[in-house]
Amino acid sequence: MSAVPSNITATEKVVPAASEAAGIAVPAVDPGGQTPTGGHRGTPMGSKSHTDGAWSERPVQTRSERYTSADVADFDEPSGHEVDWKLTPIKLVSDLISGELDGSVLESALTVAEPVDGFTLSWVSRTDERIASAGLPEDKASANAWSQFEKALAIDVTGEEPTSEYIVRRSGLGSAPRAAHTVITAAANSRGVVILENTGDARISENVEIVVKEGAHLTVVTVQEWNDGASHLASHFAQVGRDATLRHIVVSLGGSIVRVNPSIHLSSPGSATEAYGLYFADAGQHLEQRVYIDHEAENSRSRVKYKGALQGEGAHSVWVGDVLIRQSADGTDSYEENRNLVLSEGTRADSIPNLEIETGNILGAGHASSTGRFDDEQLFYLQSRGISEEEARRLVVRGFLAEIIQQIGAPAVEERLSRAVEAELTLTPGSVSAFTPDAAPDAAPTPAPEETA
Amino acid sequence: MSVLEIRDLHVSVDTEQGAKQILRGVDLTINQGETHAIMGPNGSGKSTLAYAIAGHPKYHVTSGSILLDGEEMTTATVDARARAGLFLAMQYPVEIPGVTVTNFLRTAKTAIDGSAPPIRTWVKDVRTSMEALRMDRAFAERNVNEGFSGGEKKRNEILQLELLKPKFAVLDETDSGLDVDALKIVSEGVNRAKTNTGLGVLLITHYNRILKYIQPDFVHVFVAGRIVEQGGPELAVRLENEGYDRFLADIPAAADAASLVE
Repeated sequence: MSAVPSNITATEKVVPAASEAAGIAVPAVDPGGQTPTGGHRGTPMGSKSHTDGAWSERPVQTRSERYTSADVADFDEPSGHEVDWKLTPIKLVSDLISGELDGSVLESALTVAEPVDGFTLSWVSRTDERIASAGLPEDKASANAWSQFEKALAIDVTGEEPTSEYIVRRSGLGSAPRAAHTVITAAANSRGVVILENTGDARISENVEIVVKEGAHLTVVTVQEWNDGASHLASHFAQVGRDATLRHIVVSLGGSIVRVNPSIHLSSPGSATEAYGLYFADAGQHLEQRVYIDHEAENSRSRVKYKGALQGEGAHSVWVGDVLIRQSADGTDSYEENRNLVLSEGTRADSIPNLEIETGNILGAGHASSTGRFDDEQLFYLQSRGISEEEARRLVVRGFLAEIIQQIGAPAVEERLSRAVEAELTLTPGSVSAFTPDAAPDAAPTPAPEETA
Repeated sequence: MSVLEIRDLHVSVDTEQGAKQILRGVDLTINQGETHAIMGPNGSGKSTLAYAIAGHPKYHVTSGSILLDGEEMTTATVDARARAGLFLAMQYPVEIPGVTVTNFLRTAKTAIDGSAPPIRTWVKDVRTSMEALRMDRAFAERNVNEGFSGGEKKRNEILQLELLKPKFAVLDETDSGLDVDALKIVSEGVNRAKTNTGLGVLLITHYNRILKYIQPDFVHVFVAGRIVEQGGPELAVRLENEGYDRFLADIPAAADAASLVE
C-alpha cells in the first residue's frame, strides 16, 4: 500500500476587514511513487528544507519522521520558522525552550484535594522505570525540561471506580523558569479521573507522561487557570494499551503564553482515545495546542474535539491537529475537529488539521475546522424571545463551550469551569456587544472533507 | 384592549446586490383576539412582513409604522418588541447548540416577565404545555432545535407561544412541512393560546389547509409587497379554487417581483 498523505490547512486571521480562508492542498503524487527526501528533524539537523519556503515545494509533513530525544542538545535552537514553532512567540519563552531551568521539587506548590482510594502519589527519581514509559520529547522545550527535572511526580491509578476523582493542584510556582515531570500510570483494568489544576504564577516547561495499561479507562484533565503573566509549555505523551481508553481534556483559560501539546499513541489493538480541549483567549493571550494522534495498532479509535473562544485585541489561539494512521493500523476509526468562536475584533485563530494515512483499510478518518463570528440568526432567535443581546451572546458562547465541559465527568469541576468561562465573558464588558452585526459573517463551518485512503 | 397597527409599511432587505424594496405600503390593523390570515404567492413579501414586525436586522423599515397599543415598534430592539408582547413563530427555527430547551424557556420567560417565574408553577406549566403538544419529556433536556425534526421544531415554537403569552403572534408558514396530525396538534395549541390569553394572530400561509383548524376572522391577499384584497374566510376558499393569477395579472410588477424574491 503506497502512502497517501494529505495535508489540509485552514488558517484564519480575523482582522477588521474579516477575511476567512480555508485552503485544501492535496499534494500531487510523485510520478516515481516515492516521497521526496530531504528530511524533517533529525538528519541532518538544522536542515534548511523545512522552512516556510520549503513548504510550497514539499507540503508533506510526515509526523512519523519527526525526531525524538530526551537530550536538549540534540535539538537546534528554534528560529521561529519551524513548522512546530512558527505560530508561537518563541522570543518570549526562549528561556523555557533552551535556558537553565530549576528542576527541584517544590513541595509547597503542590496540594492534593484529598486522598482518594485507588490513587497514590509519590516523587520518584529520574531512573525510575516509569520515566520514558510513554514517549520522548519532540521539541527543544520538552527536551529542555526533560534534561533538567530532578524528581518526577508519579500518580498511580489502581482503583476500579470510574467516577472517582483525584485532584492535584499546583499553585505558586513563582516567576523563575522551572522544569517539571509527571508520570500518570493507570494499572491494567483500572478506572479513574485525574485532574491537574494549575493556578497562580508560573514560568514552566514540563512533560507529562500518561500510560494507560490493558483494559484501563482513564480520564486526565489539565486545567490552566494561571495568573495573567504566566508562561507554560507542556508536552503530554500517552501510550494507550490493548482495549484501553484515554479521555484527555485540556482546558486553558489563564496565562500569558500557554502551549499544551498532547501526543497520544494508540499502540495496542483496540486502544481508543477521546481528546477534548477548551480555550478562551483574552486580549494579548496566546493559547496553543498541538494534538497528535498516532494510530499504530489495529482497530484503534480516536476522536478529537477542541473548541475555543477569542476576545480582545491580540487574543491568539493555535490549534494543530495531526492524525497519523500507520500502515499497521488497519480498522482505524478517527475524526478530529476544531471550532473557534470569535467574539471581537483584533483576534487571530490558527486552525490546522493534518491527516496522514498510510493504509486504506480503515473505518474512517475525517476532519473539520471552522472559525467564525456569532451566528446572527441565533442571536435574532434568542432576542425575539425577549432575551437581551448581551444575554443572548452569553447563552450562545456558554452553549458553544458547554459541549466540552460536559465531557469532564466530574460535576464539581464542570460547575466551577462553567463559572470560570462565564467570568471570562464578563471580564471585558462591552467588547462582546461592540460588534456590529452587519459586519459579522455567519459562523460557517468549513466543509469537512471525509478522508479515506 | 390591545391593538397592533401596521401603517403604510415600506421595507427593504439587504441582498448581495444591495438593498431591495419588498414591502410597498402595507396597512393592517389587528385587534386583540382576532385572527388575520395573510395569503399570497411565493415572493410576495409575506415572510418579509413577519421579519419586519419582529425586527430582524436584515430588514429595514424605510417608511411607515408598526404600532403596538400606540407604541412605535420599528425603532425598538428585537428583544424590546418581544417584551412588549410580539411573538414570531419562525418558518425555520434556529438551532442553539449547548442550550437546553428548559434553560432557554426559563431565560426567555424571565426576560419577558422581568422576573424569574415561580419554580413550582413554572415546571408544571411547561409540563402541561408539552403534554398538550405531545412533546416527550426528554425534549426539555435537549438543546434548542438541535436534531429536531421539522414537526418538532414547529411544536417547540408553539410551546414558546403558549408559555411566553404574547399579545400578538405572527405565525410564519407554521403549517409548512407538517403532516395532518401535527397540523392539528399545532393548531390546537394556537387556539388554546387564543382562548387563554386573547391572543391576536397574524397567520401567514400559502394554503388554506391550516385555516380549517385555525378559523380566521379576516383574509388578506398579499401580492407584490402589499395587500390587494381583503375579505372573510370565504376569500381563502376562493383563492384555493382560483389561485392568485387574477391578482398577478392586475399588477405588472408582481410577476417580476415574484420571480426575484425568496
